Amino acid sequence: MQPFTTLTGIAAPLPLVNVDTDQIIPAKWLKTIRRTGLGAGLFESLRFREDGSENPDFVLNREPYRRAKILIVGENFGCGSSREHAPWALLDFGIRCIIAPSFADIFHNNCFKNGILPIVLPREQVELLMKEAENAAEPVFTVDLESQLIHRPSGNEPIAFEIEPFRRHCLLNGLDDIGLTLEKLAAIEAFEQRQRLTMPWLWAQGR
Amino acid sequence: MSGPKTLFEKIWDSHVVEERDDGTCLLYIDRHLVHEVTSPQAFEGLRQSGRRVRRPEATLAVPDHNVPTTDRSRGIAEETSRIQVETLARNCEEFGIELFDMTDPRQGIVHVIGPEQGFTLPGTVIVCGDSHTSTHGAFGALAFGIGTSEVEHVLATQTLLQKRPKTMRILVEGELGFGVTAKDVILAIIGTIGTAGGTGHVIEYAGSVIRGLSMEGRMTVCNMSIEAGARAGLVAPDEKTFAYLRGRPRAPKGALWEQAVAYWRSLPSDPGARYDREVRLDAADIEPVVTWGTSPEDVVPITGRVPDPRAEPDERRRAKMERALAYMGLEPGTPMEEIRIDKVFLGSCTNARIEDLRLAADILKRTGGKVAEGVQAMVVPGSGLVKLQAEEEGLDRIFKDAGFEWREPGCSMCLGMNPDRLKPGERCASTSNRNFEGRQGKGGRTHLLSPPMAVAAALTGRLTDVRRLLAS
Ligand code: SF4
Repeated sequence: MQPFTTLTGIAAPLPLVNVDTDQIIPAKWLKTIRRTGLGAGLFESLRFREDGSENPDFVLNREPYRRAKILIVGENFGCGSSREHAPWALLDFGIRCIIAPSFADIFHNNCFKNGILPIVLPREQVELLMKEAENAAEPVFTVDLESQLIHRPSGNEPIAFEIEPFRRHCLLNGLDDIGLTLEKLAAIEAFEQRQRLTMPWLWAQGR
Repeated sequence: MSGPKTLFEKIWDSHVVEERDDGTCLLYIDRHLVHEVTSPQAFEGLRQSGRRVRRPEATLAVPDHNVPTTDRSRGIAEETSRIQVETLARNCEEFGIELFDMTDPRQGIVHVIGPEQGFTLPGTVIVCGDSHTSTHGAFGALAFGIGTSEVEHVLATQTLLQKRPKTMRILVEGELGFGVTAKDVILAIIGTIGTAGGTGHVIEYAGSVIRGLSMEGRMTVCNMSIEAGARAGLVAPDEKTFAYLRGRPRAPKGALWEQAVAYWRSLPSDPGARYDREVRLDAADIEPVVTWGTSPEDVVPITGRVPDPRAEPDERRRAKMERALAYMGLEPGTPMEEIRIDKVFLGSCTNARIEDLRLAADILKRTGGKVAEGVQAMVVPGSGLVKLQAEEEGLDRIFKDAGFEWREPGCSMCLGMNPDRLKPGERCASTSNRNFEGRQGKGGRTHLLSPPMAVAAALTGRLTDVRRLLAS
């Protein structure tokens, strides 16, 4: 996993609530067996019109937001399915940070596992950032995970954000969860030995 | 720590391998279900890092999302679908995981076959790369959906890193009215608490109504926990649970069965156990419901009307309603019963079990009706075994005689990854769980409802109150 330290880039405002995973990446894109290439289907039904041409009104089709690395969105972003294709599509498009008042649980989790930083801020602050992203001549933000600050194009006071220390540690160092867990192998084996005795029906051979 | 505990706490506490200072737990996973859509990249990851599957025997795989529901003897025509299904088979072979392939009579939707095989057991922690894994909570198992990275994590370590969720109890008390099913109960709950109402929580469903439901009904309720924002739903195991599981292929046998049941009886929440949140619904207030919009919380009784955004004071909600109505092609104030439909889909992991098919067939028997002119109606059983049992009971004949198509098992038009899809603008009465934009096909319009209500819609060609249909 690519480490996440500081990210500087265009932020695109997408003031929609309850954006679900089907909107982020429609089901027909789920048929891939790879992690890459999904950016082309990101927000497909919003980005493209019936005839396949681009919808010029959609934020990611407008300059400079085509090059967005940060997305600022409404409540409950990523609700719906557990499919990781949603963060893969965002990542493949170039988005590495999403700012919202709230996220759907599984999506929130999936972001961390793919090196995307989801930031939760109070609604007023999100709206403030959205306005800046909308109005600034060059809406370039810098998200500094080390100091947990978002620097804004207006040059105003940076906005601080919270993040679980362990998640932060893993993102900063690009640590893979599986490797970390396998360091606990002895504890896992001890658990299994205990469960074999206390719940033997879960271990019966011949099923 | 010997105070009263909830069912959730008992399961969680007995599966913690290690707890970190920040409260995140390494949780042991007893059972893992795998399907073709969310697993290929996980197996690819294992291969790239040279890792093995820790407990292949605790893992069961089945293709369901992509499989055609028509004749399968010639395989899958669509290339991308075929590649995913073949990739699953290859991965299972390489990593030693049991697979029910497309031609196996036990094949079906992953959340139907888990319980059916007795793979799903009370008191266990079950995961699957699919958000409707919450279904298995009906057995008093902690069951939740995970992403592909987590699938890989479970395959490699048989554990997951999880933050302890909060608990919520939803009590449904009283007696359900005539024509009101488990589907109406869960839709009413989602209508009450909203699609984010359960976020961060595990919901325990309790009360006389839940106790009175069959296992199938409880699965329908738990299935849609995710639509209420919760990752998992639970129902305390009881005699019905044990009766359902006894003798299933993977359920414990003999002395182990007795030992397991004794343990399972200790699982229900202790008196005095505390929940972070409680919600109460009165069964008398629940009517057969349908959705009018593009979120499962957009519910209205079938006797009601399409709501008017102008009556919504909150600006953002109003905008969302307007957008939903435009997508759905509906005018505010239209009586729900006047809405014409083009398709009827009786299927999905919410409502494609034997009891759902019996309830639906019963409406056909009692009315003697036929599918309305111009309406395409299909029944897609949840598994091959459900299909066989329905055929033994003669249900297939009832459906076919009434003009329904009788299909092979799979996810089908629940999400349209196989050829079963709505065309733009088509309107569907569907027993599935999601009415998101484009869910059943680009531009397709979905109304969620119960199996009896789906049949009623098929017979009249409009959304219809099944109670009125039976009375007339
Ligand atoms: S039936 Fe629908 S909701 Fe259930 S697993 Fe299949 S696609 Fe998902």
